[in-house]
Amino acid sequence: MNAVNLNAQPWNISWLDALRAKALQQFQGSGFPSPRAEDWRYSNVAAIEKKQFQPGSATPVEVDPRQLSAYKIDGAHTVVLVDGLFRPELSDSVSGVAFKPLGKALAADAAAADYLGQAHNQADHGFIHYNTAAFTDGLYLKLSQGQTLDRPIQVLNWVSQEKALVATRNLIIVGADAHASIIETFAGDDVAYLSCHVTEVFAGQGSEVQLTKIQQQSTKSYHFGGLYCRQQANAQLRHDQFAFGAAFARTDIYADLAEAAECVLNGLYVGGDKQVLDTLTRINHRGRNSVSRELYKGVLADKARGAFQGRIVVEQGADGTDSQMNNRNLLLSDNAEADTKPQLEIYADDVKCSHGVTVGQLDDKSLFYLKSRAVDEDSARNMLTFAFANEMIGRIDHSGTHALLLKALLERFPQHKVPVDWL
Amino acid sequence: MLEIKNLHATIDDKAILNGINLTVKPGEIHAIMGPNGSGKSTLSHVLSGRDGYTVTEGSVTYQHEDLLAKAPELRAREGVFLAFQYPVEIPGVSNIYLLKAALNAVRGHRGLPEVDAMDFLTLVKEKVRLLDMDEKFLYRAVNEGFSGGEKKRNEILQMAVLEPKLCILDETDSGLDIDALKIVADGVNSLRSPERSFIMITHYQRLLDYIKPDVVHVLANGQIVKSGGPDLALELEQKGYGWLEQHQEVA
Repeated sequence: MNAVNLNAQPWNISWLDALRAKALQQFQGSGFPSPRAEDWRYSNVAAIEKKQFQPGSATPVEVDPRQLSAYKIDGAHTVVLVDGLFRPELSDSVSGVAFKPLGKALAADAAAADYLGQAHNQADHGFIHYNTAAFTDGLYLKLSQGQTLDRPIQVLNWVSQEKALVATRNLIIVGADAHASIIETFAGDDVAYLSCHVTEVFAGQGSEVQLTKIQQQSTKSYHFGGLYCRQQANAQLRHDQFAFGAAFARTDIYADLAEAAECVLNGLYVGGDKQVLDTLTRINHRGRNSVSRELYKGVLADKARGAFQGRIVVEQGADGTDSQMNNRNLLLSDNAEADTKPQLEIYADDVKCSHGVTVGQLDDKSLFYLKSRAVDEDSARNMLTFAFANEMIGRIDHSGTHALLLKALLERFPQHKVPVDWL
Repeated sequence: MLEIKNLHATIDDKAILNGINLTVKPGEIHAIMGPNGSGKSTLSHVLSGRDGYTVTEGSVTYQHEDLLAKAPELRAREGVFLAFQYPVEIPGVSNIYLLKAALNAVRGHRGLPEVDAMDFLTLVKEKVRLLDMDEKFLYRAVNEGFSGGEKKRNEILQMAVLEPKLCILDETDSGLDIDALKIVADGVNSLRSPERSFIMITHYQRLLDYIKPDVVHVLANGQIVKSGGPDLALELEQKGYGWLEQHQEVA
């Protein structure tokens, strides 16, 4: 992997260049993670190494805005990055809103040095090192105390270049009692590429942060997306992840919870063909009375593989922790596979922790019920499968996001020709 | 309409139905009563085509065709409707979506085009009013979080929309308070017609106060041990089932 020519431009910001030089050194030592590493055993990173992806062109390439419109969310401010470069002419106007492209922000705001890299250090592997060494741009959002966005911000990461290795970074700093809502979309042309993304979130005391990740990449492409959060006391984080695309996609979610912080993680992965969709979550209950809820659902057809590794750590002294983790998988073919690995590490007393896992087929009683209502076997299966997945989309309140997700799911279930408001 | 001859059925090699004979003519309402474990629900399941039962002997003819040879969805398309004792909750599928899919499946089987969206809404809303339901129920997931009474009403709503020829009501009265029972009975009564037949399976006589049957049968140990008019139900209410089971042993 050392063959990758980073081609990274120096930013001429001394603290940042030092950080990147160190990360580059780490990456050159480690490369991308090996499937022999426990956390990566379900991933096929080797395929990425063989593809010899290279950093994309440093000059913006032309993109037809109509291509992007299908991925833009109604009712959100959309920020567009193409091949890792911020594209103001494709983005909504950013004036008067509290966000900036990360590149400009880092040059202007010395305080960013206190944050960048301070959340992702909960984890340590080659994708993060690579990202730190090579990210080209991203979203910088800083909300001061009590500040609320008038509408969600969508970061649309579009990749157009074949063989490109695109590294992007979002840095989100939410002041006490502030509210932020961010949607990250990953999509691109139908070519092979690797998108390597990291988001760091600092949620201040009593703040509310809502993140939605929509991964609709080409099934020829690869994806790594890591989310690393630090939640101060009473901070609430909610993350909804939807993985539809990519040949191989891995999502990391790490959250560190101070006292009475709350973390809700929802996920849906819908895979077919030979897709591999892998999610690892790690919730660290550091403070007392912190709460976490996880529900991940997988729908896997053909030879697709879904993996969910959920680790919950309750630190010493984090009494009153309340944690639930669930992973439910639907296998639609004999060759599909769902791997799931819950891990609980509890070092405190007076703790409520539960986890549940199901891997199975459709419920016979439900199938018979639908057939007794004249619905044929195939339609009944299709309806129940759709319903299983749709439960996660039903949890999305923002109407523009909900509509886009429903459309994406309906594309996966072309037999459903029903008015959207019936679902 | 329906002719059941010497029907024997087993589940897991255990005999449940031991030679049922029953003829239902168009427009008739038959009540099948009997103690728990007599085979009432098994009969409804065998007629609607549920998996897990083996018919070892006998036949069921529906509209001059072998009913047992048909898949459950085909039976439904040809007009057999089972109102479930325990309606299934289906999160993620809205009531109105299922109703439309079901109606179009039935229409397609009859060679009719898919129902027009506006006509469908008009039809469904009319039936919703008939059952004194809130229109919001249409947009909720099928039976999810419904009370017992709401689930039973929802079954009758589906029946009203699909307009089947043979309606099998499996313990539709169980779990209903008297108000809900009246609403359900009104719904059923409004569907009575010279072409439509009903088989009402019930443990109690109560339902028959509101839906008047033509014939009452008593099922015990997988056989019909006695048939009669509506008065038989009253007799059962007074005497219980014990005397009939003894009667059968003597016979």
